[in-house]
Amino acid sequence: MDFITLGVQLLNAVQYGAVLFLVASGLTLVFGILGVINLAHGAFYMLGAYLAYWITLMTGSFVVALLGGVLVAFVVGILLETVFVRLLYGRDHLAQVLLSFGLILVIDEIRQVLFGKDVHAVAPPAWLSGSIQLTDNLSYPVYRLAICVFCLMAALAIFFVIARTKIGMIVRAGSENREMARVLGIKFDRVNRYVFAAGIALAALGGILIAPISTVFPGMGDGMLILSFVVVVLGGIGSVGGAAVGALLIGLTDTFGKVFFPSVSSILIYVLMAVVLLWRPSGILGRQDA
Amino acid sequence: MSMPNLRVRLFGIACLAIAIALPFYVSTYYTQFFAKALIMGMLAMSLNLVVGHGGLVSLCHAAFFGLAGYVLALLSPRYDAASLLTTLPVAILCSGTAALLIGALVLRTRGVYFIMVTLAFGEMLFFFFHDTKFAGGSDGISINIRPEIAVAGRQLLDLDKTMTFYFVVLGFLVGVIALLTMVVRSPFGRALAAARDNERRARSLGFPIFRLRLTAFTLSGALAGLAGYLAAAQFGFVAPQMLGWHQSATILVMVLIGGLRSVTGPLVGALVLIGMEEVLKAHLDNWKLVEGLIIIGIVILLPNGVRQIWSMVFGASPQRAAEIKPAAAEARHA
Repeated sequence: MDFITLGVQLLNAVQYGAVLFLVASGLTLVFGILGVINLAHGAFYMLGAYLAYWITLMTGSFVVALLGGVLVAFVVGILLETVFVRLLYGRDHLAQVLLSFGLILVIDEIRQVLFGKDVHAVAPPAWLSGSIQLTDNLSYPVYRLAICVFCLMAALAIFFVIARTKIGMIVRAGSENREMARVLGIKFDRVNRYVFAAGIALAALGGILIAPISTVFPGMGDGMLILSFVVVVLGGIGSVGGAAVGALLIGLTDTFGKVFFPSVSSILIYVLMAVVLLWRPSGILGRQDA
Repeated sequence: MSMPNLRVRLFGIACLAIAIALPFYVSTYYTQFFAKALIMGMLAMSLNLVVGHGGLVSLCHAAFFGLAGYVLALLSPRYDAASLLTTLPVAILCSGTAALLIGALVLRTRGVYFIMVTLAFGEMLFFFFHDTKFAGGSDGISINIRPEIAVAGRQLLDLDKTMTFYFVVLGFLVGVIALLTMVVRSPFGRALAAARDNERRARSLGFPIFRLRLTAFTLSGALAGLAGYLAAAQFGFVAPQMLGWHQSATILVMVLIGGLRSVTGPLVGALVLIGMEEVLKAHLDNWKLVEGLIIIGIVILLPNGVRQIWSMVFGASPQRAAEIKPAAAEARHA
């Protein structure tokens, strides 16, 4: 394997890891702040992809689909938090797991009614649809590069918001010591709602971005949910930095696993998870006091 | 948990009598339907050993269920019946071993990690059967001929007869209920519950928590294997979906509906859920939407399962409901 092919695979790994990071950071944020484990996270990823397909079909513009899809997901997130999720605060994990499982069934059926169950493809925007010629018979699609750049920017934005803004400070305080933050006068009702909506929006954003390079199909949320869980377990729950590390590790393991060990590639990420569990049960960047 | 009083015991005997009389009064279709429901009830009861008595929310239970089904499918000769007496122990052993190995890894984690890690390992087994060709890949495999119970070439029970199969399932079910009741009331079961209610205190009292939980997890996986074997034998078909996490979550719903603190509660939950699905499927196209909403409603309104309605009707002591509280506090702590 020559240098350029290796580089292409590395780019693929980073691009895959970057999308994973967006989705998983939403999951980890929601758990870190709300203390709620949301199994329906993958369903919103799937919904994002279907929204991307539908809005692109209606308006002919992928950019509109990107903005519109994220907005729709955010609004849905706010509604869901207000109606259902707020009832879960302080309830045990079993209730959270089963309520979000119920949500998955509902979302799946709504998708069925609105968009059907067909497999779709989405075209990337025209100005990103070309590819860069690397060698005579090797080229790299511009859209994949654009995803890398976009996700990197999004990741930087997430880190900036969490580390440098007042909202981020509240979010960090909330995950560190909720009672104390409440005593200091922070109203978590609103914070919860927006964090949940943002988490959902991140999942949908991942689905929208992935739509042009993969197919849009009903079961796509399940696979993503499992992967996000593995990412969160690897990195340490509640830690956005951990999600970044975990996502990159999965991206690298999966991509190079498919290149070097194609027969066992689907098992490799679970082996990785098992190793990390033996080594650091609370994740690479997680608190080890559990 | 107190010794069952006379009323509960009479109620159990009445239920068993109804279960025995049932196939003589309903059509073959419903005998099959109830056999399926009882198998799912067995599965839910086995999960409850981990969830209700161990306080661990596992999302990979269907993996052990499906694994045993695949063992039967792979061991069945194409044109001949497999012997139940040899293949059933192998299937249970495989599921138990898988549970032991996965349990040894996942029990290193707590709370929400445990949920995510069990989900991931369950999906690992799902993808194993989904992606590899030897077990039919995503299409699954069919078991052409039901296994037979035969000794030295003489058939003892004809499992092809719907009613015989039903009674075999019922027999296993009674056995599982007896076994689980014994386990829950044994010193082992009490230590397991102690670890659920207050892990730190149980640990400081010297209970080997990890080993207790691993034993419960393994036993629960092995019993899921029994259910999976019976299910595969009944349907004559196994597919990766049998191991999928939607199946695991559905079993958890059964456990929640039935209530977490009793051995037979999940059986009631399974009957309620499967009965409900049957009715919804018959009347609605988008029945999953309604099922999802009902599940959400149950989670919100009946956190202790239908027992809440139950106790209103039968007037169980309020102390029972109070027992549920510590688990919620413990889970929150993690």
